[in-house]
Order: sequence, then C-alpha cells, then structure tokens
Amino acid sequence: MIKAVPKPLEEVLDLVKDFTKVLIVGCDGCVTVCEAGGSKEAKVLASALRLYFTQAGKQAQIDETSLTRQCEKEYLAQLSDKMDAYDAVVSLACGCGVQYMAEMYNNKIIYPGVDTCFLGVNEERGLYAERCQACGRCILAETGGVCPIARCSKRMLNGPCGGSDQGKCEISKDVPCGWELIYERLKTLGQLDRFEKPVDPKDWTTSRDGGPRTIVREDLRI
Amino acid sequence: MRLQYPPSVRIIEVPCTGKVDIMHLLMAFEYGADGVIVMGCLEGDCHYGAGNLYAKKRGNRVKEILDKVGVGGERLAMYNLTSGMGGRFAEIIREITEKVMELGPSPIRVATGKAVRPIAEVTT
Amino acid sequence: MSVTTPSKLQKMIASGNFAVTSEVGPPRSADGAVIEHKGNLIKDYVDAINVTDNQTSVCRVCSLACCIRLKLMGLEPCLQMVTRDRNCIALQSDILGAASFGIHNILCLTGDHQHFGDHPKCANVFDLDSIQLIQTVKMMRDEGKLLGGHEFAVRPQMFIGAAANPFAGPNVAMRVSRLAKKVAAGVQFIQTQCIYNLDKFKEFMKLMVDRGLHEKVAILAGITPMKNVGMAKYMQKRVPGMDVPDDIIRRIGGVPKEKQAEEGITLAVEQIQELKEVEGVRGFHIMAIEWEEKVQEIVERGGLYPRPQLA
Repeated sequence: MIKAVPKPLEEVLDLVKDFTKVLIVGCDGCVTVCEAGGSKEAKVLASALRLYFTQAGKQAQIDETSLTRQCEKEYLAQLSDKMDAYDAVVSLACGCGVQYMAEMYNNKIIYPGVDTCFLGVNEERGLYAERCQACGRCILAETGGVCPIARCSKRMLNGPCGGSDQGKCEISKDVPCGWELIYERLKTLGQLDRFEKPVDPKDWTTSRDGGPRTIVREDLRI
Repeated sequence: MRLQYPPSVRIIEVPCTGKVDIMHLLMAFEYGADGVIVMGCLEGDCHYGAGNLYAKKRGNRVKEILDKVGVGGERLAMYNLTSGMGGRFAEIIREITEKVMELGPSPIRVATGKAVRPIAEVTT
Repeated sequence: MSVTTPSKLQKMIASGNFAVTSEVGPPRSADGAVIEHKGNLIKDYVDAINVTDNQTSVCRVCSLACCIRLKLMGLEPCLQMVTRDRNCIALQSDILGAASFGIHNILCLTGDHQHFGDHPKCANVFDLDSIQLIQTVKMMRDEGKLLGGHEFAVRPQMFIGAAANPFAGPNVAMRVSRLAKKVAAGVQFIQTQCIYNLDKFKEFMKLMVDRGLHEKVAILAGITPMKNVGMAKYMQKRVPGMDVPDDIIRRIGGVPKEKQAEEGITLAVEQIQELKEVEGVRGFHIMAIEWEEKVQEIVERGGLYPRPQLA
C-alpha cells in the first residue's frame, strides 16, 4: 500500500493560518492503514488547528470529514455541497488524492496534509518499509521475490556491489543489502543459477523515466 | 485515609490509560482545561499488557501538539502509580495544580474570555 | 552589460557589436577529427562555438571532450550541458573540468527526453533542471561553492547561457515569464530556438523590452537555414516547439529542388537582416544542422563578417 507520514504540524499551520474556514479531509484508504491521514488523523489535526486559532484569538471554523477513497471521483463528489463553505481544504490523502481533489474542485485551494513516501508493507505498527517502486515491469520471478529496484540503494540489476557488508547496505547499517537478500532467497529456493546470469539493461520506459503513465484496459472500459 | 486534594480537579475514570485517546486529551483542552493529568499504573504492571505505554506515547504526541499550537505541552502530565499510593496521588494533584496556577489560565480560556475566576485554590 | 569573465563571447556582446555563435554536433563514434574539421570550417566566422550535449538524446562524443579539443585548437568553445544524463555531482565535476581547461562559456539546458533519442528505454536523471543548473554555475563562479557546501578557491569563470523558445506553449507571455526566471537565476545570454515566425518573435521581444529584460540578458537570435522543403515540413510537423509558418514552406517549396538549399540560405540571411532591427537582439546563434560549411556564407551575406577583433 501507499505509505505516508503526517506533515509537521507547523507546516500545516503555516499553510492555513490566514484562512478562517478550513476543511480537513481524511482518506479511509492507504493512509489510514499507516495512520497518517485517516478519519482519526483528520480529527486530531482539526482539533490542533482549532486550539491554534482559538489561542491566537481568531474566530475560525475548522471541520473534518473523511472519504472512503480520494482517488475516485464518486467519493470526492460527496464533498460537492460542502466545498463552498470553506476557504481552503487540507487533504490527508496521498499525492494522488490531493491532486484528484484539486482537479475536481478547480477553484478551491487544496493543500496536502501528509508527505507521501512509498509503496510498502507494515512490518509492525509504526514501522513501514518500501518494497516496490512501481517500475511497470515486474522482475520478482527472476530475483527470488526480492526487488532489486526497490531494495538495492543503487537499484543494481547485477548486485550486490562491493559495499555489501554483513548483509547490510553501504549507506546504513539499518538497511539490509537487497542483493544479499536475493542471493539468500535464491539459495533457499535452489535457484542460484539465476544469480550468475548477467541481467541486461532494464527497459525503464514503463517506469517514471518514460513520463507520466496511464493504464488503458479496453477489456474493462465501457 | 481521608486525603485532601484541590477540588478544581475533575476525575474521569477509564478502565486503563490505554483507553485514553489523543482526542480525549485534545478535547479537554478545547473545552478549556487548564491542565490535564493522565494517571496510569506503573510501567510493566499494566493489567492489559501495555496500555500505560500507549498512553505515554499518546501523551507525548499531545504535548508536542500543544507546544506547536501555542497552548503549551507543560499543561499535560502523565504519572504512573499504583492503587495503593493514595498519598502520592494527592501530592501529585497538589503539585500539578500549583504548577498550573503558576502557568495561569489556559490560552484557550483567556482567548474565549472564560478565564475570569481563579482556577483553583491549593489546600494542603 | 560589462565584461565579468574571460569569455570572448561576453566581450563581443559588451562591445556592442552583434555577436555570432554557431554550433557543432559531435560524431556518433570515437572520431575526434570530426569536431576538429567542423571547428576549422566555422572558426573565423563566429565568436564562440557551441558543442551540443548528446542532442535529441542521441549518444555522441561528449560535449566536454569536444570543447577541450576546440580549446586546444585555440578556439572559443561554449559547453552545452543538459541535466538529463548526469546528477549534480557529475554536472559540477564537468563544470570544474571544463573551467580547468579555460572553457568560459556554458549553455545550461534541461535536455530533450530520452524518448526522442537512440536509447528510449534508458533511465533519466534530471537531478537539476536548467534553471537550477544556471543557479549552480553562478554559485560556483560567484561564491566558489558547490551545491553540497564545499568551498574552493579557483572558481570556474563561466559566462552563463541558456536557451529560450518563444514559440512553445502556452503563449508568448508565459515564455517571457519563464525567461525572466532564468534571468533571476543568473543567466547572462540566451540562444533562442530557431526563428521562422518573425512576427511572434517580435511580439516576444517587445514583452522582453517592456519588462527591461533585454538589458539584463543578451538575446542571440537562433537561425537555422532550411536545406530543402522536406526539412521545412519536418520542422513544421515533427519537431515539438517549432513554429514554421506555411509561407516558409511555400517559399522553399516554390523553387526547383536544386535551388532549395540556396533559397534556404537566402531566407536565413533575410531573417538576420530583419532581426538586426529588433530591439534587444544582441547577436545570432546559427545552427546549421550538419551543414556547418554554410555558416561562412550566412555570416558573410548577413553582414556579420569580418568578425570584429577585440583587444
């Protein structure tokens, strides 16, 4: 799922401090799971903003709501009769949700309330780790189910580099060497022959490098 | 044991401090509380495992928020004690009440014009 | 505009004469003689020679190596640098390397997307964009500092250039606005996109003059002679951001095939004559794409020869 962290409160305060009617919109999708932007976080942020405005002696209306998902028009449309009542909206969705809301409510000021980080897993509550970079052409079948694009700091396709030390990456002792993980997994699976086969340069056109991406599924579209 | 502590304190009972939510604490301040104390069991002694540890984390988060929004994190405190420590309970209430008296009324009450009477009298 | 670097191009612009630059494209092989040959063809007709940096994302001999070669021949190179292929470490490293050989002109570009080139599947970098590259060169030159904060004594004495395309979308006003941003970042000269729509270019220059931007940055008008009507049509239809009016197609196409090249040169010369009268135009950047041997004729017939010799 998409992983995000709440923006520092002072950053949000700075964005909205000159408004008097602000709506905080949580998203019940990915950002709820990593506790960055769900309905709960929307309530906390709204309360914090109310405290801020009140102590500053400013009359302000700060409300919160949350949508099932902000990356779909149907859910965003649920805000249509509310929007006029606010000067600005803080969306706690990932970057997709913020942009989609801004597309739908073209004249409204929409600010992001979280920093969207990566596609990852929940290792524990409060510990999320990257696993996928959405390169558009999955090679996990060749790499023992461990992605070198997401998990090697140099995104090498023929690793590990000489910086791998005791299973850790040269950039930090807290970062496992992705290629050592691949090697170990291939060994476990009895597929070490794959390890010695040079991998050709990757086609990056389906990744970020190829420009903004679209999926067109004619089998699904009406 | 008939221990005295300031009458300005309103006690809200919860089954475990693990039940205390960030929103409970924030709402208390929104409603104008000058200070909030969270009292939990001793660390390591939580009947439910880690309720008091969750409470501590939440309390720290709320303190941080209070600092950033200009209310002041020092208005929130958390203590850990057992049900057998009545004397210490009363002492803590007196200490915190005194501290909050020194801090003065919450900026929220000041701003909303509700801070007209002394917040409490400390009796010993 | 005063002289602040050892750049001969900057000196020419400061002198009030029309400056003339041209460009040479490096070969797609390790043949260094190509650049030497192209450099010799144009050296007496221009004040500085741009070397393109893997233009249109086609892999070629690197711009830096070619610039060094030109410099060693006693010519005045202008290092074109795109941010597509290198991160800020490599970019700054190449700037220092160029300066260490006495290269004093740089053209800061973002670069075409690799989609257009011969390696469409490759990754791109774009660590910086053109405006950030301008800022970076300026910081290295004026503050003796790298982006990472390291301070050094021997600074690259770069005359900083960039490109501008008055014809790209959405409108001329936005293009002036973007150029203003480059000026704010520290750019000192601009080589424009090839100009065919003179009316639109004049509109662009008028807005530049209205804002006083022509006093802050030297505009070198981009001139590319048409070889034939096929090239004109290709430029009109296929090259993004290029504005080739229909009357140009009609004019080049209106003469017999064997005369089209000559007509293209004549058109370029007429454009130069007309552009000389446009306020804010400080010189010309002649991009004779794989047609370097025609630069001499264009410069001579454009009344830009002989090049003034400055002390």
